[in-house]
Amino acid sequence: MKSLWLSRTTLIWTLLVAATLISWELGHGVGFDDARAAGAAILVVTFIKVRFVVLDFMEIRTAPRWMRALLEAWIVLCASILIGLFLS
Amino acid sequence: MSEEAAAISSAAPSVAPSETRHVPGEGGIWVLIGGDLVLFSVLFIVFLTMRAEQLPLFEQGRAQLNQGWGLVNTLLMLSSSWFVATAIRAARLQLAGVVARCFGAALACGAGFVVVKFFEYGEKISAGLTLTTNDFFMLYFIYTGIHLIHVTIGMGVLTFLVSYSRSGGFTGDKMRNLESGASFWHLVDLLWIVLFALLYLLGGA
Repeated sequence: MKSLWLSRTTLIWTLLVAATLISWELGHGVGFDDARAAGAAILVVTFIKVRFVVLDFMEIRTAPRWMRALLEAWIVLCASILIGLFLS
Repeated sequence: MSEEAAAISSAAPSVAPSETRHVPGEGGIWVLIGGDLVLFSVLFIVFLTMRAEQLPLFEQGRAQLNQGWGLVNTLLMLSSSWFVATAIRAARLQLAGVVARCFGAALACGAGFVVVKFFEYGEKISAGLTLTTNDFFMLYFIYTGIHLIHVTIGMGVLTFLVSYSRSGGFTGDKMRNLESGASFWHLVDLLWIVLFALLYLLGGA
């Protein structure tokens, strides 16, 4: 029972909460003087969070390789387009 | 704890041999998830395109949002997803009581999310900010509304899973059904993570 809660899943949740608080700070002017850099950093942190949700909560880490490849490709593509649009 | 259970719970699932790789849930649910990801990708792109065209208006709109509500809802979504992921792991250990309670906790977080959204919408509408105020608030209400529909459907699924999981026997089809519901709920979480960044956090530029 102990190992059910002291798990990788719980570690991932902790990281996701930490990443949320970091992006919150970035959104309130901490860390970067330049709002463009802060915004790009927020989007990078956001898609790192998305990747953890996909790989660990959705269990795509252990899904068939083509499925993982497809979802990872979506994450990279979507993040790149959004960061590009934000900075344009 | 049995040897098998220990093996499952300690699995750091970075390298699974090909025979143990499996699609979590039904194939059909992944078609739905894939379709939703494509749809929301378009919505995200539309948002940033319109934002670039009307930057001062979007900046002003963002400043009028209550960012604290956004943060609370993000933490609720992440926690509900964590409970759901833990429920799936507990199901593999055949811990029926824990599974039902975890789904129940996830459902409670989902309900909290809806309550916060209700207050948030109320706050905006009573301040005269509605769908027709400007392009920022049009997108804000449409995007969070579409997401809220997903939350509501997901809560229906979680309600079903609470009672469905009480009887235990998590193998075959039953396990697959649990995974399907879980995958959908994680999608709801994932979409909110991006919406939170786009609507509430991105500033300046």
